[in-house]
Amino acid sequence: MKEYTVIGQRVPRIDGRQKVMGQAKYAADYSLPGMLFCKVARLPVAHAKILNVDTSKAERLPGVKAVVTAKDFNGWTWGFMANTRDEPPLAMDKVRYYMEAVAAVAAIDEDAAEEACDLIKVDYEELPSVFDPEDAIREGAPVVHDYRPNNVSVEYHWNFGDVEKSFAESYLVREDRFRTSRATKGYLEPPASLAWYDPAGYITVWAAKQSPYFHYRHLAACFGLPLSKIRVIQPFIGGGFGGTKNDSVAGDFCAVMLSKMTGKPVKFVYTQEEELTISKRRHSMIVYNKMGMSKDGLITAIQSRVIADGGGYTAVSPLTMYLTGCCTPLPYKLPNYKYDCYRAFTNNPICAAMRGHGVTHTRFACEIQMEMMAEELGIDPVEIRMQNAIDNPKPGEIYRTINDMTLKTCGIKEAIQTLVRDPLWAQKDKAPKQDGSVSYGVGMSATSYLGGARQLGHQSCAAIVRICEDGTVNLITGATDCGQGSDTVLAMIAAEELGVRYQDIDFKMVDSAYTPVDPGSYGSRVTVLAGQAVQTAAADAKKQLLDILGREWKVSPEEIEIRNAEVYHRSNPSRRIPFDKLAKIACYSGSGAVIIGKGYSGYGIEPLGFENGRGNAGTSFSFTAQTTRAGVDMETGHVTISDFVIAHDCGRPLNPIGAESQNEGGAVQGMGQAIYEDFIMDRGKTLNPTFLDYKMPRSTDVPDIKVIDIITDDPDGPFGAKEASEGSHVSAPPSVVAAIHDATGIWFKEQPVTAEKIVAALKEKGKWPGKQ
Amino acid sequence: MEQIKLTVNGKGYELQVRPWASLLEVIRDDLGLTGTKEGCGEGECGACTVIMDGKAVNSCIVLAVEADGRQITTIEGLAEGDKLHPVQEAFLEMGGMQCGFCTPGMILSTKVLLDGNKNPTDEDIRKGLEGNFCRCTGYTKIFESVKAAAQKIRR
Repeated sequence: MKEYTVIGQRVPRIDGRQKVMGQAKYAADYSLPGMLFCKVARLPVAHAKILNVDTSKAERLPGVKAVVTAKDFNGWTWGFMANTRDEPPLAMDKVRYYMEAVAAVAAIDEDAAEEACDLIKVDYEELPSVFDPEDAIREGAPVVHDYRPNNVSVEYHWNFGDVEKSFAESYLVREDRFRTSRATKGYLEPPASLAWYDPAGYITVWAAKQSPYFHYRHLAACFGLPLSKIRVIQPFIGGGFGGTKNDSVAGDFCAVMLSKMTGKPVKFVYTQEEELTISKRRHSMIVYNKMGMSKDGLITAIQSRVIADGGGYTAVSPLTMYLTGCCTPLPYKLPNYKYDCYRAFTNNPICAAMRGHGVTHTRFACEIQMEMMAEELGIDPVEIRMQNAIDNPKPGEIYRTINDMTLKTCGIKEAIQTLVRDPLWAQKDKAPKQDGSVSYGVGMSATSYLGGARQLGHQSCAAIVRICEDGTVNLITGATDCGQGSDTVLAMIAAEELGVRYQDIDFKMVDSAYTPVDPGSYGSRVTVLAGQAVQTAAADAKKQLLDILGREWKVSPEEIEIRNAEVYHRSNPSRRIPFDKLAKIACYSGSGAVIIGKGYSGYGIEPLGFENGRGNAGTSFSFTAQTTRAGVDMETGHVTISDFVIAHDCGRPLNPIGAESQNEGGAVQGMGQAIYEDFIMDRGKTLNPTFLDYKMPRSTDVPDIKVIDIITDDPDGPFGAKEASEGSHVSAPPSVVAAIHDATGIWFKEQPVTAEKIVAALKEKGKWPGKQ
Repeated sequence: MEQIKLTVNGKGYELQVRPWASLLEVIRDDLGLTGTKEGCGEGECGACTVIMDGKAVNSCIVLAVEADGRQITTIEGLAEGDKLHPVQEAFLEMGGMQCGFCTPGMILSTKVLLDGNKNPTDEDIRKGLEGNFCRCTGYTKIFESVKAAAQKIRR
């Protein structure tokens, strides 16, 4: 195998210097002269018919320059699919969730804008509301949207093989009800944008978007302008994790509308409390899972019936519900599978994508249920996994799941075996099991996640590699780094392919006026797909350079190599020039050549079968096995997670620092979800919309984490890469819950496994050491 | 309006501020130093951490008038020209950041920790950064950065 010069090196982030110096500018850091401030007015009712919105008092407040209400948007709505465009920028006829936006104000400062919002008077008639997803889809429930009178916003019914026959023939069949928490992304940078509507008919925004090109299309459609006049300039993004920053929010549309109305630039920044109250969060799902097994522990069939709490609008959920179902046949062989899902409209805040999208719910259910059954059959957690796990296909071969997903590489068995050898698992029986009131346990999980996600519509990433005459390179893509490190990885790919040094590459962030259109940063698609585009573009630029030098040197271009920014003749390496010399020769050849390489991604462009669940949800699939050591205080129920070991098959880690950091961060976010993160709801109102009350892991809460790479070199990825961002987020919750089981002897089927739930369960089993 | 005097990154300022303005607002809006971030505005996340008279504080819950006469260091005041402070160098080399939004506050909390303790234990590091949320990294690379910074400072 060719030895890489850049790939696999522990390079500093390409944006690292700006970030450590405080020079990285995020959306809220931008200002323009004469700028106004926008605040959004919201109605504190979960379900109500709007009778009248009176803005007259607000308009008269000194400092207020304009007020926008729903009528200014002429009934425009947006959404993920043509038949689910149900969300308006501002509520029109009714509000469907607590604190839905009804108006917005532009004023000379934030104080005036906020005061004006309080002066907006909304006359409304409260409507019967529904908050429980199972109640919502029962007959006679209050209707959230007239176009879905049964409150079912999305449903799929897939059937592969014959589950009924298989259950009848199985030695053991189990049915359980699982539930996942109401978790949120928890990024520190709330949604923000600075908008400027040029009266000549141009829109420019500096917006906090991890997928700026969704927003670009939304703005064009909302304001009736051609895409060529929409300019979304991407600032640094303060965390994404899916959902909100992949989409547009009320403030985005209102700021542009208010700029249009006032002729001034307008900025909005949501407060964190606003974000935590109304922004798109993860679905909480109820999973009724049924699994069959043979006497020796082979999985014979799985039937999942999923009911998801969707909140007030559809958003991206047709994809959510697809992903929730499609990956169940991974990472274990599954011959029969049935999936029925119902996403319910309720009067809760909107639910949408979040890291580990969809897969985290059903994989949690399947993983825990499989262990429960293994326990009944007296089979060890490792053995049950190893005998069901999918083998790594031989080079050139493909493993096909029952729903037609195809794998060319699968490192799950190697990952499990690696963990078995690691001291955390190997010596678990030697480590103390009890220390005072604390019981210790070790748990395992084995999971999978897709990389290079597909959906409907535009799929391809593109890249431009522009050679400067001094031998440096501008890398231009439509990809967005919301923290995951993709700008760095893409620069590494360009450098490796072109043969220059990493530091020779300069990465240009998205500006939709100049950068190529791109689907965005979701579904772990950037390294795989934008990476392929960059590799192709770099190869194209290299070919142009070598053609010119070949003519100059009177040799075939194939005889010339570029490596480490040195250009040399393969069979006569003493004939060499530095890369900057080649760039100069190329750029000045003839009347002056412009060396621009271009490329686009070609993986994964066949459409998905949304209705039948068949086909590849991604280009390739990562595999993760994880072990966790937990201590559970049997008196208080307090859980301390001390160790994570994560064996992750991301094909090949291109930037080891980035891949490790993604695994570590994903697992810690998953840990939060497993043991404490949850919105407490009261009739649609979020009772804990602050970081004080919505508990996220702090530095004192996190375990020691070891990440081990399982190298499989997938043929459908740049330099063998698959995804590295979401796998550990899926593996953490079942591994944590298995560790809590090992410590307490109790299986918990509902996330988060809080101290309160642990104490209640210990009491129920008569295991609580305190006084009843 | 209230008149206050501040020294920020070694430079003196005389400012007229609203009595309810936070130190964070003054730093970002009046001084234009946007390296200090607002994450929650309620003193929970630590993104707005600055150093005030040698202590790490959440500038969003310090009133500007309370900072009258104080010495403030923000992230922009750490490097000397192009030369990074050892803590900045360590975070850059060890990859102690992802999105970067918590990074200015994290670096300043680290500086305060190491100013008082050049040989922090793992426990000291965790406790020293308890007031600074990071949602991206899971903290592992940040702990490694702090250790590397301590080593650089001891040298």
